[in-house]
Amino acid sequence: MGFTRDSLSNSHQTHNLDKEFLSAPIKSTVDKFQLIPEFLKMRGLVKEHLDSYNYFMNTGIKKIVRVNSEIRSSVDREIYLKFKDVKVGEPSVVLDGVAEKIKPHSCRLSNMTYAAPIEAHIEYVTESGGKKEVHEKKDVIIGRMPVMLRSRCCVLYGKDETELAKLGECPLDPGGYFIVKGNEKVIMIQEQLSNNRIIIEIDKKGNLAASVTSSGVALRSKSVIVMEKEKIYLQLNQFQSKVPIMAVMKAMGMQSDQEVVQMIGRDPRYSSLLLPSIEECAGFGVHSQQQALEFLEKKVKPSQFPSALPQKENRALKILRDVFIAHVPVRENNFRSKCTYAAVMLRRMLDAFLNKAAVDDKDYVGNKRFELSGQLLSLLFEDLFKTMGEEVKRKVDAVLMKKSRSSRFDFSQHIIKDTISFGLERALSTGNWCAKRFRVDRKGVTQVLARLSYIQALGFLTKIQPQFEKSRKVSGPRALQPSQWGMLCPCDTPEGESCGLVKNLALMTHVTTDEEEGPLVSLCYEHGVEDPGLLSGEELHSSKSFVVMCNGLILGKQRTPQKFANALRRLRRSGKIGEFVSVFVNQQQSCVYIASDGGRVCRPLVIADKGVSRIKQHHMKELQDGVRTFDDFLRDGLIEYLDVNEENNALIALYEDEAEPETTHIEIEPFTILGVISGLIPFPHHNQSPRNTYQCAMGKQAMGNIAYNQLFRMDTLLYLLVYPQRPLLTTKTIELVKYDKLGAGQNATVAVMSYSGYDIEDAIVMNKSSLDRGFGRCIVMKKKSTIMQRFENNASERIIPPKREGYSAERMQALDDDGIAAPGQMIRQDDLLVNKQTPMVTRGPISSGVVPDSDYRATPLKYTGFTGDNSVVDRVALFSDKNSNLCINFIIRQTRRPEVGDKFSSRHGQKGVCGTIVQQEDFVFSERGICPDLIMNPHGFPSRMTVGKMIELLGGKAGVSCGRYHYGSAFGEPSGHADKVEDISETLVKHGFSYNGKDFLYSGITGEPLQAYIFMGPIYYQKLKHMVLDKMHARGFGPRAILTRQPTEGRARNGGLRVGEMERDCLIAYGASNLIYERLMISSDPFQVQVCRKCGLLGYYNHKLKAGICSACKNGDNISTMKLPYACKLLFQELQSMNIVPRLKLADA
Amino acid sequence: MPKLPDHLELKRTRVSCKLDAPNDTESVLYSGAYASLGVDNSSLESFFKDFKVVINRLTEDEIEFDMIGIDAALANAFRRILISEVPTMAIEKVLIAKNTSVVQDEVLSHRLGLIPLRVDPRLFSYKSEKDEPNEKNTIVFGLHAHCKRGGPRCTVKSEELKWQPNGSMFALEIENKGSSSTTAPKTYTNFKSNQDMQPEFSENPIHSKYPDITIARLGPGQEIELEAHAVKGVGKEHAKWSPVATAWYRMLPEVVLLKDVYDVDAEKLVKKCPANVFDIEDTPTGRRATAPRPRACTLCMECIREEGWDEILALRRKKDHFIFTIEATGALPPEVLFTEAVKVLEDKCERIITELS
Repeated sequence: MGFTRDSLSNSHQTHNLDKEFLSAPIKSTVDKFQLIPEFLKMRGLVKEHLDSYNYFMNTGIKKIVRVNSEIRSSVDREIYLKFKDVKVGEPSVVLDGVAEKIKPHSCRLSNMTYAAPIEAHIEYVTESGGKKEVHEKKDVIIGRMPVMLRSRCCVLYGKDETELAKLGECPLDPGGYFIVKGNEKVIMIQEQLSNNRIIIEIDKKGNLAASVTSSGVALRSKSVIVMEKEKIYLQLNQFQSKVPIMAVMKAMGMQSDQEVVQMIGRDPRYSSLLLPSIEECAGFGVHSQQQALEFLEKKVKPSQFPSALPQKENRALKILRDVFIAHVPVRENNFRSKCTYAAVMLRRMLDAFLNKAAVDDKDYVGNKRFELSGQLLSLLFEDLFKTMGEEVKRKVDAVLMKKSRSSRFDFSQHIIKDTISFGLERALSTGNWCAKRFRVDRKGVTQVLARLSYIQALGFLTKIQPQFEKSRKVSGPRALQPSQWGMLCPCDTPEGESCGLVKNLALMTHVTTDEEEGPLVSLCYEHGVEDPGLLSGEELHSSKSFVVMCNGLILGKQRTPQKFANALRRLRRSGKIGEFVSVFVNQQQSCVYIASDGGRVCRPLVIADKGVSRIKQHHMKELQDGVRTFDDFLRDGLIEYLDVNEENNALIALYEDEAEPETTHIEIEPFTILGVISGLIPFPHHNQSPRNTYQCAMGKQAMGNIAYNQLFRMDTLLYLLVYPQRPLLTTKTIELVKYDKLGAGQNATVAVMSYSGYDIEDAIVMNKSSLDRGFGRCIVMKKKSTIMQRFENNASERIIPPKREGYSAERMQALDDDGIAAPGQMIRQDDLLVNKQTPMVTRGPISSGVVPDSDYRATPLKYTGFTGDNSVVDRVALFSDKNSNLCINFIIRQTRRPEVGDKFSSRHGQKGVCGTIVQQEDFVFSERGICPDLIMNPHGFPSRMTVGKMIELLGGKAGVSCGRYHYGSAFGEPSGHADKVEDISETLVKHGFSYNGKDFLYSGITGEPLQAYIFMGPIYYQKLKHMVLDKMHARGFGPRAILTRQPTEGRARNGGLRVGEMERDCLIAYGASNLIYERLMISSDPFQVQVCRKCGLLGYYNHKLKAGICSACKNGDNISTMKLPYACKLLFQELQSMNIVPRLKLADA
Repeated sequence: MPKLPDHLELKRTRVSCKLDAPNDTESVLYSGAYASLGVDNSSLESFFKDFKVVINRLTEDEIEFDMIGIDAALANAFRRILISEVPTMAIEKVLIAKNTSVVQDEVLSHRLGLIPLRVDPRLFSYKSEKDEPNEKNTIVFGLHAHCKRGGPRCTVKSEELKWQPNGSMFALEIENKGSSSTTAPKTYTNFKSNQDMQPEFSENPIHSKYPDITIARLGPGQEIELEAHAVKGVGKEHAKWSPVATAWYRMLPEVVLLKDVYDVDAEKLVKKCPANVFDIEDTPTGRRATAPRPRACTLCMECIREEGWDEILALRRKKDHFIFTIEATGALPPEVLFTEAVKVLEDKCERIITELS
């Protein structure tokens, strides 16, 4: 602000020089930072959403259709319809029967759903006159699938910046959400405990339990093996009570106790632990399979439908086959694999009994899976598709049942499109995920993409919703897990009830999608995994051999696990198997876990051989020259993805020079452990941790720019900064997420000092001249809309030209000649936006063709909104909705300059309101003539410990004087992505400032120097959306509630301010009885009643007789008039209605 | 005439800038503060004798001068008046006929308001709320910018603000239309004469001080048509009327070597100072450090930062010597601004005198 033109242009030159310096390679270690932009370029910020959705579109949907491909009539078995293939077409909308291609932005503007037709290739039977023919038809639309923006089906896929601009889309918008009825909806990432994995836990009663949540093809079940009083039982929903595990094993064909013991392990400790269970089982007289099955049969829960009684004997066996650990397949009643699995479960549990450390940690990220849009949609789609199949079948059966059919029967005519279309649309717009078939009933799966700021929208897409209830007072799931490192952001979580439960993905995290496991399994067998079917129970657990598990199934055993794992990893690095397959050798459990399932979190790491990074200088050079991409790094085996489990087998060095010979991997950049939002904080590693968390919550409320197309969007509420700036002190994350292009704040010169006393409790003092010049100025826009309704009798609402003269002319001053407010018009409270009229008769036929003017009543759209008189109509948009009614949307705009009480915050969780606004001449000024924009009280620092803010100030000051953006990336000092304080100080000194950032200031009031040096420099300040103008409220008189006749409550209803109980207590204690009387009666709900002195009941006032009458005594002899609160009268009447008679006894006062 | 003891004299006349904080920042105002020592602190006579103004630098927009022998309070008064009470002309009212650009009307008006105008405000009078805009209190600018369809985007610069000496061209909405078609239509201003007929403006047309201030950017097909009315005002009301970008002063630095610094230390000292305050001179006792350019000191403290150096060096400020800088925005040359400020102060004093008497 105090710099001349020359110094600015000079600094510009130095800036150019520095760019070269920056891009120059760093000598010793390879600077791998360049990988991150490359990674994000390849991946985008929301790849997990897109990947998941694309997978569903390309593979998932086809699988579902293939599984449920046939609809066959039960009346005539030869009449059927078969789905041979299915694909999703281009996004389009059907208008008047014609399909029209659509752009996402037009959907936003005209409340449409951005969806594409699901086109099926069908084979079906037609019948006419008993002759049946088989036909085929392609591209039959069976429904409409909402399309995720930027997914492969979306028109935005693969478009560059100019093309996107032509489509009205912001190039920085990440996509990954849906547009349903004009609303942007995000399917939140759902956190869940992983399926099909054995988890050893301590249950509520303190018993040890091994549980598996199985999700098979057909069924989901939870099987729990629990150890109670030294005896082991199985808990299954289908059994009335817990059943002895030995009985279950016997029922599954392991009749010999020895076999069971062998299978679990020959270690005598195991057998001694099993002994009580074996004895108990023998005590029940269960020895053979037959006896076991009979025993279990008694425990089976009676069926819910008593009519459908199946053969009794088979029920227990069926449950064991289909429900118990349902994901383990049983072929031809061969229970061998299930027995093995149960034995492994038992063994793990006994292990945990012997060694408490073997209990699994439920909060361990490796035991978690993240459900993404693809999985959730496929669940819903499968349910809807099946429902549609049933509906079609019912409909077809009904048609075929008819004896006399005249017309030709064509199966393809009976496809119901609406089931799928509406089902998907409803689920997305309400967020209620309800699939009865899969026992799924979830609420709040989708949320409206909040677009208060660009960064909030980004944060929304990385947010992870928990499955735990928020009310439970547990600390475990909320605590920071060491396994979160690099996967989930340690800073970004909300405060309050969902603290620690709602998480956010870190910058480099990727969530996997399902991968075909067939080839992987056969590959494992080729690499020396021995099939458990060929092994005796004892051999499976022989020492030195490891059990190999793949996606929760037992593949067999391996004698050389390390070699095997290395071989698989080599295959992965060379791209022979999927890059997201994880191989994890668990020494403790003697297990090799191979995982290719979806929902695991993983992140890329640089591979190191004996502590030497595989990435060399020339690789990075090639990357910079553009001949190498991130994918090449993956393909050449320089980088690989590790998931949380496999990270346990790796020794990861933070930096290359810290690597030891045992090191297997090297981090790409340490700041990627933070997420998108916490990445905006400069020097977060110098701040007290909660401050970073606070900033994560506040950064989302900061005003700024939302998107490049912000002025062409029709958001219900939009906050924009007039002059947003890019932060002077940036971080690498800021550049990566393009926050520097859509900033939400301004670089304010801040003096840390006390001034005027209006700065206590974090209030800030602002310079009026700065505000005059545009600091903190913001634009608030609000949407108002109306629909021109058409009624059943074809009468419709109409808009008429405004009156230019007379009583109502003033209210219509904003209207154009067409009766709709014109853009650019100033508008005041209660002004008309649309001069609309509604016909009085909306039902039944209209007598004449034209409705006369007298049959309309005025139903105008009035403007009620911002206080203040500077609101302007910004835009008016007309469009027709799906019922082709005319809709009119108005955007009302108001420009505001900061005022006392507006909320501001720096990027370090230091929020404060504007305490006072001071003239520039009263402000302090430095020897260079610099006058701060705002003054912050130094008491904000000691308790908050936001050292990062101080360094931001220093770095900003140095940046402003040398003309180079300084960096403050997290943990960036060693790698050069954050400037060191020493270097910053040196720059400051070079430009004539004190090394400590303190300046010699003069008081603007006295003109004398201040008695201290003042810490002063630029800090990036955000203006938060909370403004006094939206909150201030006062009322003299106003509306009252109908029922109680008391003043209404709340600002929105222009309500009164309540004198509450505690206030009342104070007044009583003080003895201000007249004040109480006034507040509680006169100013509230005074009411005059006629009281009968005799019976004590309320009477009424007869206006003809001009006297009060008691309706109980039927006369007016003893009537007194008195005042009481209307609410009191109401209470009496309510009591009377309950047969309680309140009587008033009057006495002379 | 008795003199104050040295340590008191130092406290009276110097701010000593210690490493941790400046000391003795306050000035002693009371005339009888040192009466017990027989020293008169009131200084009207000495003020007449000693007061001096030395102009160091004067360019079109900037002046730096030394004001010696004056109190901080007075120097500050000039600074404050310069910032907030010397009037200028600035655009206050904008009539927008058409604005299809992305810049909102309010923002556009705000930007226009902040454009410095090169016009002598002394030739105009203040316009109060009820005054009719006339040639004595209003300057009208027109702006009509249009970006051709199919062409490249264009930038509207402040040079496109065209002075309209005849006043507003926009016709007021007339209540009774048919009454008089012969007279010129009534506009938003009521000019009795053309402004460019006045001798002050005939050779010196009014325009924006800088031709290259961006007002807005237009996309193809966008258009701005407006009229901007500038009136006289003071910076107290809005910063746009402030005649200075900023005006400030600093007290004259004084660097005193309390002890002699020789050879290695001297070189170290010279090297340490980024403002190049120190030099080395050869003396018979060796190479000794001197401080020949104390004026350049920015108080970066580098010289006394190291342990022990604050006993060798003293950084001070002279309390009655102000290096005053005015950065003008273009309405008036900086030297005139200062005299205007003095006049404002004079007026204020007179007002107080008349009100007291």
